[in-house]
Amino acid sequence: MAERKVRILIAKPGLDGHDRGAKVVARALRDAGLEVIYTGLRQTPEMIAETALQEDVDLVGLSILSGAHMTLFPRILKLLQEKGLGDIPVLAGGIIPDEDLPALKEMGIADVFGPGTSTQEIVESINQTLKRT
Amino acid sequence: MEIVERFLAGDRRAAARLISLIENDASQAPQLLAALYPHTGRAHIVGVTGSPGTGKSTLVGELTKKIRVRGEKVGIVAVDPSSPFSGGALLGDRIRMQELSTDEGVFIRSMATRGSLGGLARATGDVVKVLDALGQDLIFIETVGAGQSEVEIARAAHTVVVVVAPGLGDEIQAIKAGLFEIADIFVVNKADREGAEGAVATLNYPLDMNQTEGDRWRPPILKTVAIRGEGVEALVDALKEHLGYLKESGQLELKNRQRSEEEVKRIVEEALLERLLSRLKEGEWERMMLRIADRELDPYTAAEKLLESAGDLGKEG
Repeated sequence: MAERKVRILIAKPGLDGHDRGAKVVARALRDAGLEVIYTGLRQTPEMIAETALQEDVDLVGLSILSGAHMTLFPRILKLLQEKGLGDIPVLAGGIIPDEDLPALKEMGIADVFGPGTSTQEIVESINQTLKRT
Repeated sequence: MEIVERFLAGDRRAAARLISLIENDASQAPQLLAALYPHTGRAHIVGVTGSPGTGKSTLVGELTKKIRVRGEKVGIVAVDPSSPFSGGALLGDRIRMQELSTDEGVFIRSMATRGSLGGLARATGDVVKVLDALGQDLIFIETVGAGQSEVEIARAAHTVVVVVAPGLGDEIQAIKAGLFEIADIFVVNKADREGAEGAVATLNYPLDMNQTEGDRWRPPILKTVAIRGEGVEALVDALKEHLGYLKESGQLELKNRQRSEEEVKRIVEEALLERLLSRLKEGEWERMMLRIADRELDPYTAAEKLLESAGDLGKEG
């Protein structure tokens, strides 16, 4: 019979038009056996939260290169809370300066992946995160 | 069953959770579906199929926008293939529909085939039931789009839209071999491209040949440029017309009855097989398979033996 599959939403909030990293990660996660819902570029926080709800995902992965993470991430987390999805772990990747990491962890981002992170590290982090929840 | 109550009160998160429970085939799926069933049967179910790259997702997105203007609620079940190697899947149909995701009157769910062939996932029909019970007036099922093997959609939907695009080689020949009989409406999408008229003509020819039996539905061939919304309004009208035809001709009732028949048979088959296998002793199945491989036993005798052992199987809880 069918088995339980881990579902993850990979979304790119904000206005930068570079989704290569997000696509590479999406493929790697598929190859690791996850069901990846990929929504493409320029997602508003509302789109991301509502998609997470409809798709009943176990995790949300946000990719951002524009530098707007300190503005967009809190809004996404707040909307997830409001929809009763505050228990879904949120991971982030992209260009995120080290000095922002404590604040991001503080607001509830489970893990952050910078440039050069291998896809294995990301898969490993996801497995760890899922074990905790 | 608390989740069903929340769902029936209109809780969208409960709807999403219900779909997962049913999709994962948790042991409570039959119970959940039984509780939903009285609330289903209102939606017009529309299948959208055709080869990859013909623009199915964009078309479904544009159709949904037009239908929303008319005040109806829409559900979308978008099916993409699971990787046969990892079991994972990349579900990307939402990319072309994301602006709809914040519309409360639209519910979109991506599904992976999880090893099932024929263009749909095993649970697609059940997920449609959840969206039907949620009160969506029209539900689109977008198939994998692998081409000719997608006839399952004809069973799952009331109206089947087959999408083609010009410039995709012999695609229309392939459609003629496989999908032709299941189409209720043909769409030549990307109709601003060269070859659109040729595609229409190629589809028209066999339809003209078929036109012998009185007032049967003749699949219309519509041209669209989905990305600009062109021709989409006419396609919505065609969907409505087909539904009207199904109702007037009695086909709707017939289709629904056939679907119920197949569904009950499938459930009985699966349950019986499962119960039969659960009665076997540890390793007995494997031994049987080995004997068949060694030609000591044939599959027909083996099946007969299993059936003989069934006895009062139907009474088991």
